Amino acid sequence: MKMTGAEIVIRCLQEEKVEYMFGYPGGAVLHLYDELFKQEQIKHILVRHEQAAVHAADGYARSTQKVGVALVTSGPGATNAVTGIATAYMDSVPIVVLSGQVPTPAIGLDAFQEVDMVGITRPCVKHNFLVKDVRDLAATIKKAFHIANTGRPGPVVVDIPKDVTAQVCEFEYPQTVQMRSYNPVVKGHLGQIKKAVQLLADARRPIIYVGGGAILSDASEKLTKLVHQLGYPVTNTLMGLGAFPATDRQNLGMLGMHGTVEANMAMHYADVVLAVGARFDDRVIGNPANFAEEPRKIIHIDIDPSSISKRVKVDVPIVGNVPDVLDEMLKLFEGAKPDAAQTADWWARIDGWRAQNCLGYKQDSDLIMPQYVVQKLYEITGGDAYIASDVGQHQMWAAQYYKFDKPRRWLNSGGLGTMGVGLPYAMGAQFAHPDATVACVTGEGSIQMCIQELSTAKQFRLPIKIISLNNRYLGMVRQWQEMFYGSRYSGSYMDSLPDFVKLAEAYGHVGMRIERPEDVEPALKKAFTEHKNDLVFMDFQTSREANVFPMVAAGKGLTDMILAEDL
Amino acid sequence: MRHIISILLENESGALSRVSGLFSARGYNIESLTVAPTEDPSLSRMSIVTTGSDDVLEQITKQLNKLVDVVKVVDLSEAAHIERELMLIKVRATGKDREEMKRMADIFRGRIIDVTDSTYVIELTGASSKLDSFISAIDAGLILETVRTGVSGIGRGDRILKV
Repeated sequence: MKMTGAEIVIRCLQEEKVEYMFGYPGGAVLHLYDELFKQEQIKHILVRHEQAAVHAADGYARSTQKVGVALVTSGPGATNAVTGIATAYMDSVPIVVLSGQVPTPAIGLDAFQEVDMVGITRPCVKHNFLVKDVRDLAATIKKAFHIANTGRPGPVVVDIPKDVTAQVCEFEYPQTVQMRSYNPVVKGHLGQIKKAVQLLADARRPIIYVGGGAILSDASEKLTKLVHQLGYPVTNTLMGLGAFPATDRQNLGMLGMHGTVEANMAMHYADVVLAVGARFDDRVIGNPANFAEEPRKIIHIDIDPSSISKRVKVDVPIVGNVPDVLDEMLKLFEGAKPDAAQTADWWARIDGWRAQNCLGYKQDSDLIMPQYVVQKLYEITGGDAYIASDVGQHQMWAAQYYKFDKPRRWLNSGGLGTMGVGLPYAMGAQFAHPDATVACVTGEGSIQMCIQELSTAKQFRLPIKIISLNNRYLGMVRQWQEMFYGSRYSGSYMDSLPDFVKLAEAYGHVGMRIERPEDVEPALKKAFTEHKNDLVFMDFQTSREANVFPMVAAGKGLTDMILAEDL
Repeated sequence: MRHIISILLENESGALSRVSGLFSARGYNIESLTVAPTEDPSLSRMSIVTTGSDDVLEQITKQLNKLVDVVKVVDLSEAAHIERELMLIKVRATGKDREEMKRMADIFRGRIIDVTDSTYVIELTGASSKLDSFISAIDAGLILETVRTGVSGIGRGDRILKV
């Protein structure tokens, strides 16, 4: 059947079972928007800024295991999408971004709203395409979805010139993809897995270190089984929160720059580290030279060979899909549970570190402690909400005090650290899970970076709860300035903040300002019950100079932790 | 250490910039880069001369393999291989220099492929070090222009890079 390029694009997306597409129209994508109008299967979500379209598609993908889709126009539409694309790239999130392009004869002539999208996004995509011929369109879109969601996932951009969307050709959607240059490994090398199992069985001071790869590959179930079988301690990275239940006794909490004492010490002094879909990032192990001082054996499971031995030399690399490799390990361990006595001393040491209660804080003044708000949020939502976070102190407090027992509940920009992702992530998650509780933990700095999406949330009646920890400072910047720059708060305070209650109301939402500790719990309860179906913007006026602890300063080793002063 | 990396990649627009972009984005060195289609026009063969520690080379190979357009990557320097580079060099050839230049070209097994009253163009093929030697062997003041292709490399014997 003959179709126009625009029809083909929409048909391809339907074939890929796309439910939602987040986008913003413009000249180069008008043919596509016209075809969207004529069908009902794909729901188009009109955002208020292209950056939010990509973040929302990203949040949708993080909270499900499906590919998120965004559609933007050429030129400024495309450049606005770049931050969203880079954010998804750093956290390996599968999204497909369709961008309009000026007609092929105009490419390279500095046409109106022309930008070299393929060139601009090249360093921050898994792959990208410029489709110059309508006959390549269907196969290219098929490839885009395939590449985005296989191997180590990531964003794929398909740049489509306007004339290609008008040209006509025969439509046939390919059922399979064959690419000689792209064949990700799935199964791990059995010999390596056997070596790993032997090391783990003999370990005296083991630690299982779990990153975002375990979540992206849906490995939680198998991981949990293996961890329980072994009886070993687990620590999650910021991206790995929820891969293994936070409330499980074997979980030592998050590690890294703002990790717990028990997690960081156990990671440092372990004799065998099993890294699962994690990449020994600078925020996780601190200074690699310091980390290397302790002798230990490292086993690293990752689907991306380039993540292995990148910052830290690995003894047993296993390239493969995490659940497949864990499956093999479980088979090998069957019936052969390590003797608990072997790690009894290790657990005793860990319990000693745990006893320091490094996340303790006092809510005794008349100021609201930000940690207290997150803790109450956790209690009131039963630990079962989708929590989208922005970037900064509030992000760390959310990661530390909200105990994630399930994967894909914690949505944040870990790699790129993009302020402004919170609200669009919450939108993506709410579309994916319309009946679920979705909250956005943010600050007065971050929320203003995508504040315009309050309008989108109104249009689509998204009952997101915005938990803004408002300390009238760019808190994380201020914390570093206090600790390392002689308290010179250069550019880190927020003057002339808007009245967020009125702002929320102006967008047609419910606004609340909470100023006293005793009001925190009732206000949250009210928001999650009485205003269950409303978007509620909760402006918590928190302690201005609360800091995130523990903290490992940049460039320091994991054992060099700064703890809360008053503990 | 110096390495020659050979890459087979899809002969598609943008493939070259993906490779060169990777090198600049990750701070890897490129001493030379050559690329041209193979006997199969859908594939290009690229040779890159780079330097770095073993760890850096391991990352370079892994990162190249990660590029979707890249079909195969091999570090030729890991085993026996042959490398060649071609140089065209235009020199002043007048008076007594004219005969001397001809003699030097012969010694280096170069060929004079363009002759005017006052200049020669000499074609010279060999390992990069041989081309360097030729440049230092002749009077620097007589060199008008040089152009080099960069290194092409191929494995010896049964070492074959093919899809």
